Amino acid sequence: MSDIVLKMRGITKSYFGVKALDDVSLEVSRGEVHALMGENGAGKSTLMKILSGLVKPDAGEIEFEGSKVQIADPQAALNLGIAMIHQELNPIPEMTVSENIFLGREPRYPGTPFIRKKQLEEQTKGLLEEYQFHAGPNTKVGTLSVAQKQMLEIIKAISYDARLIIMDEPTSALSENEVKTLFQTIERLKRQGVPVVYISHRMEEIFSITDRITVLRDGKLIGVRNTRETEVDGLISMMVGRPLDAIYPKEEASIGETVLEVRGLTRLPHFKDISFSVRQGEILGIAGLMGAGRSEVMRALFGIDRADGGEVLMTGEKIQVKHPSDAIRHGIAFVTEDRKELGLVLSRSIRENMTLSSLSRISAGPFVSRSAEAAACDDMLSGIRIKMNRMEQEVLTLSGGNQQKVVIVKWLLTSPKLLILDEPTRGIDVGAKAEIYRMMSKLAREGLAIVMVSSELPEVLGMSDRILVMGEGEIRGEFLRGEITQEQILECALGGGRIA
Amino acid sequence: MHSGVDALLSGMPALRQKFVKDGNSSEMMRKYGLIAILLGAVVILSLVSDTFLTVTNLMNVLRQVSINGILAVGMTFIILTAGIDLSIGSLMAVAAVIATSIVAHDPGAVGWALLAGVAASGLLGGVSGTMSAKLNVAPFVATLAMMTIARGIALIYTNGRPIVVNSDPFKFLGQGYIGPIPVPVLIFIAVTAVMGIVLYKTKFGRYVYAIGGNENASKISGIRVDRVKIWVYVINGFLAGLAGILLSSRISSGQPNSGMGYELDAIAAVVIGGTSLFGGRGSLLGTIVGVLIIGVINNGLNLLDVSSYWQQIIKGLIIAGAVILDQRAKRN
Repeated sequence: MSDIVLKMRGITKSYFGVKALDDVSLEVSRGEVHALMGENGAGKSTLMKILSGLVKPDAGEIEFEGSKVQIADPQAALNLGIAMIHQELNPIPEMTVSENIFLGREPRYPGTPFIRKKQLEEQTKGLLEEYQFHAGPNTKVGTLSVAQKQMLEIIKAISYDARLIIMDEPTSALSENEVKTLFQTIERLKRQGVPVVYISHRMEEIFSITDRITVLRDGKLIGVRNTRETEVDGLISMMVGRPLDAIYPKEEASIGETVLEVRGLTRLPHFKDISFSVRQGEILGIAGLMGAGRSEVMRALFGIDRADGGEVLMTGEKIQVKHPSDAIRHGIAFVTEDRKELGLVLSRSIRENMTLSSLSRISAGPFVSRSAEAAACDDMLSGIRIKMNRMEQEVLTLSGGNQQKVVIVKWLLTSPKLLILDEPTRGIDVGAKAEIYRMMSKLAREGLAIVMVSSELPEVLGMSDRILVMGEGEIRGEFLRGEITQEQILECALGGGRIA
Repeated sequence: MHSGVDALLSGMPALRQKFVKDGNSSEMMRKYGLIAILLGAVVILSLVSDTFLTVTNLMNVLRQVSINGILAVGMTFIILTAGIDLSIGSLMAVAAVIATSIVAHDPGAVGWALLAGVAASGLLGGVSGTMSAKLNVAPFVATLAMMTIARGIALIYTNGRPIVVNSDPFKFLGQGYIGPIPVPVLIFIAVTAVMGIVLYKTKFGRYVYAIGGNENASKISGIRVDRVKIWVYVINGFLAGLAGILLSSRISSGQPNSGMGYELDAIAAVVIGGTSLFGGRGSLLGTIVGVLIIGVINNGLNLLDVSSYWQQIIKGLIIAGAVILDQRAKRN
């Protein structure tokens, strides 16, 4: 038997006459971690949906472990040993770890519907020990962290005797440490000969864990590279189809007056005694691990949660923020981390989302002026490119990057003095990322004060004038641009401890 | 009925294609699908019944739907915020007994009667709204509680006995005509026009849609979600009171037991009209068409001497059919 586990050849799929995939091939070998890369909409998800039986291709063939296969539905994929770990995990929170792993195939007393609890537990325990999973078989899944749930999905896949595992953005919700654990698991799978197809936007991950990279663009296969012989720049230009001179177009902006000053802000148990300030034209990066309390500080600042103590000053004056509308009135804008849950009303149009926070500015009394609204939007859109058909389109239909731009426009329309960005480029493709960075630079040059919370260290290092590092609800350090490296940030965030 | 719609849609591939391209297929298809059902029902009924397509009968239909129409307009706002109001039947009774008790004292005090009745039902609506917006009680439960509380208030207020109305100006509200048009129809049209302006032309209307679409994002966008929600329940209470007073005027008495089950017809009209029970999607036009569909079909079945038992089944089938149509439209 050859070393090639999976061969997809000539895969083609159209939706409404638009080719999502056009004659795409993919080969995955035994024990290999194979990255699948491309911008959003490049066809990665469609290709993986075909492989996991969720979508049927219009043309093309799939060869798995040497024989031609038809994958009619997800069950067929599972039976072949192809398992997909989804971006959004869906274990059942009220059930235990063991019940989730063996859902639908619990060991029973022969001939009865009754479950053999002991055996179920034993089997689960064996699996958990093998993968060093630190929770008992009877733990409710709802109490696990995102990382643990993901690990659980992987263990479940393995328990199905998976012979190929697909991971779609597995680290998007994980902390650095959890990523390490995940990578150890991937290494283990590799040693056992189980290949992994790995989808991610994060370059460092791609370069540290994968063996080969297949790049798609606009539904077409652009090329396959050995990771070791590839460079970041080359990979990006394969993905976007043009060379990128600089990913982080940080420009020098003149730093002006202090805009925001926070003194001793506390909200237990999330954070305590947080003090910092930001000035006009300055980009303040806030780094730290997941759960360090960074987003919580921003939420309290913006009036979403109530702080226990501390003061907030805008342009030197103390302000009371009890509701986001107070924050907006004082010139604060907040691009939240979770675009879909907290940033947008997905069922409404681009126009309505853009003006949602600034309706009073374009209204006469209670009545919205449609002409003033159109003028305000047009004004913004002359500087920001959003890929759309028309303003009345539901925001739901836009790609992640374009949705994020709508959120940013919404906030810019409130004419803020301070813009808080929480993970501004999460889940956004490379091209849109670069655009958002350019926008940040431009806004800073125009005198806006910007606070950027980010878990992507290259982004923090590339865009910030000053960097705060938070850990366990406290500020652990403050550094100027160019003064610190990724490793030092991590070390600082962990409280001086070494990183394994 | 369903296959008819299918045939209609499959006969219009070009139109369907257009909707798909616009990326807004479900709502467009819904709107036209609904209007097609309404027109279809009108055409069929005018063919099989001589009396259906007469001015007298059409005015009759409009008068019959106007009370449910006013209720459904208020319910549209509620459902757009992802809420529900089960108490409107009881609110109708509260407003009716208060208004009729005032005109029973002073037959000329129609203005005061209207004001007091509507204020009472608006206030009770506000209590439901506060319970749900401030105290986090699910709207279903809050308004279920209000349903029995308000009914109790109406019964206590009247000692369980109906209040007889002898005031001609009061009776004019529900029984009168201006030209050929019944007064309740004019009131229904006015309510629709005003509420249409509120929903589509004001900040408040935008906020109603936004809150139903995503409450958290709305709050973070600076919207005072609680206040908007409470106002929606107050407005719905006003409209329920108005409808209750019209009903009491039409039957010339304030009945503490009136309005029972009216909430279900209002909800049915809103749902048939394509407003999502999850909030954020829907239109007033859809609701009006939904109200008319229910009214026309009720009237048609009466004209055709279909038993009222069968009418219940047919109404249920229409509700189910509308939702199925909605699901199919979404899938395209």
